[in-house]
Amino acid sequence: MPKHELILLKNMMRPGYTGSLADYEKTGGYQALRMSLGKIVPTDVTAMVRKSGLRGRGGAGFPTGVKWGFLPKDYQGPRYLCCNADESEPGTFKDRQLMERDPHQVLEGIVLACYAIGAETGYIYIRGEMVLASKILERAIDEARAAGYIGKNILGTGVNADVWVHRGAGAYICGEETALLESLEGKRGLPRIKPPFPATHGLYNKPTVVNNVETLANLPHIINRGPEWFAAIGSPPKSTGTRVFCVSGHVKRPGNYEVPMGMTVRELVYEYAGGMRSDKPLKAIIPGGASAPFLTPAHLDVKLDFEHVAAAGSMLGSGGVTVMEEGTSMVWAALRLMEFFYHESCGKCSPCREGSSWLVQTLRRILAKRGRMEDLETLLDLCKNIAGRTVCAFGDAEVAPIQSTLKHWRQEYVELINEAEAANLIRPEPVRH
Amino acid sequence: MTFSETYKDEIAEILSRYPVKRSALIPLLYVAQRDQGYVTESAMKDIAQILKLTPPQVYETITFYTMFNLKPVGKYHLQVCKSLMCALVGSDTVIEWIKTKLGIAPGESTADGLFSLSVVECLAACGTGPMMQVNEDYYEQLTEEKLDRILSDLRSTGTSPLKSGPFMWPEPASAEQGV
Repeated sequence: MPKHELILLKNMMRPGYTGSLADYEKTGGYQALRMSLGKIVPTDVTAMVRKSGLRGRGGAGFPTGVKWGFLPKDYQGPRYLCCNADESEPGTFKDRQLMERDPHQVLEGIVLACYAIGAETGYIYIRGEMVLASKILERAIDEARAAGYIGKNILGTGVNADVWVHRGAGAYICGEETALLESLEGKRGLPRIKPPFPATHGLYNKPTVVNNVETLANLPHIINRGPEWFAAIGSPPKSTGTRVFCVSGHVKRPGNYEVPMGMTVRELVYEYAGGMRSDKPLKAIIPGGASAPFLTPAHLDVKLDFEHVAAAGSMLGSGGVTVMEEGTSMVWAALRLMEFFYHESCGKCSPCREGSSWLVQTLRRILAKRGRMEDLETLLDLCKNIAGRTVCAFGDAEVAPIQSTLKHWRQEYVELINEAEAANLIRPEPVRH
Repeated sequence: MTFSETYKDEIAEILSRYPVKRSALIPLLYVAQRDQGYVTESAMKDIAQILKLTPPQVYETITFYTMFNLKPVGKYHLQVCKSLMCALVGSDTVIEWIKTKLGIAPGESTADGLFSLSVVECLAACGTGPMMQVNEDYYEQLTEEKLDRILSDLRSTGTSPLKSGPFMWPEPASAEQGV
């Protein structure tokens, strides 16, 4: 078992660590806040984050410091920080652990981000189903407020930053930053057309930054130990730091593993997650949540960082690594993911709303051995007409399972259709008038 | 007494968190749902008045989100995740087991009004699947034996010690990671 230093999961690995304020302070918690507020100017905090190379851990991987730098410098009105805790990507379950086991680490990151961008209000938009996490965060906010780490005149520095938990109500799309803002404004969570970007026209049309939980949790460590330290971890210069990978599926020890970026899929699956559950050969891997295209055993030595996973034809996304063993039907797997996307399409854009329905219906038909060979071209044609033609990236995400399974396991689709033909179960040609 | 009179203080506290009233819509709908088990038409009208919205504006929002009930559900709402990651480790078996045990299909409630069953999409517990949410609690790594125990506990005490605590997986003892 390779050893390396943990950053985000370190505290919670300590025996007896409860995540309380007292426990967090004992491990050096809130020192970054003490070091920064009133001592380092906000623009220098942003510069440190930029120098660290920290990229967003929610899915898109945009450089955090650069994102902060887009906020207008001379704007005098209110600004907002939104912590995106709407973790809903199938395969991803890290933010829940970070919030439930070490909530103050996240809160310290939020207050640091508020300070850096000049926001006096931060909202934690948490997915509605995570009731326990929201209660734990609310309790932690109360503790931090009482200790002077949150609220008015933090630690006597004159800096104000209040933080509130806002529960969503069960809509995957609200993890998309503009849909999150719409939902936080009390509306349907429909994505906004960009530009304008939230940096200038965000919550209540004010300058806003939306950052993922894991991204924010890294901030206290970058401040405490310096951007150079962080930038040297992982695969510099473009994939720095560690990543909490969520391993699920057919492995012996599923779970959250924090490893430096650049570790291979093989190491993560076989050394950390214990290898295949039933000792059957590995058949497929999703490296970055349901939106990421499938990879094959040929990709086991791909490094888990932004560049290498992209070069392999997929994406690092939200860090959700799902492993499937030999014997798993890839048509079935694609259908299960498509059913998710069909259920969660917000309905704003026709290609996604209508297309997801057609994709599900076609996959169900093929799986029920009532498919036709031309269905395969229809599937790809539908995918082509959805991806890139929607307001948000949801359209691109929903075609990934189909395009990638058809690319790597087309034969499975063909076999199901051949069986249908052999059994003479093909649906009759539609009557054309 | 109307919804706004019953929860006057809580509503005021919620409104104080936001510079724009409408942002309080989802939090207020949660208060209404907690009160009756679902969001009644009169609560919707009341909330519309509090937030200076029209009732259709409240209705159009509520229907977008899956967590709000517009009609009564059972006392214990079993929501089983069916997404791929849970399906890989046996969620279909869990759903079938509950269907058999309770004699209801997804979308239905037991005659005594105790249990409702829903099949839902990903609940962010993929490493500990198969899983389900019962009201506000997660139950993970479900087996048929665990399900029997949970259903029995819910019937007798209204909760079960098998619910998940603060989430940590894998547990440190088995993680074997260097610190």
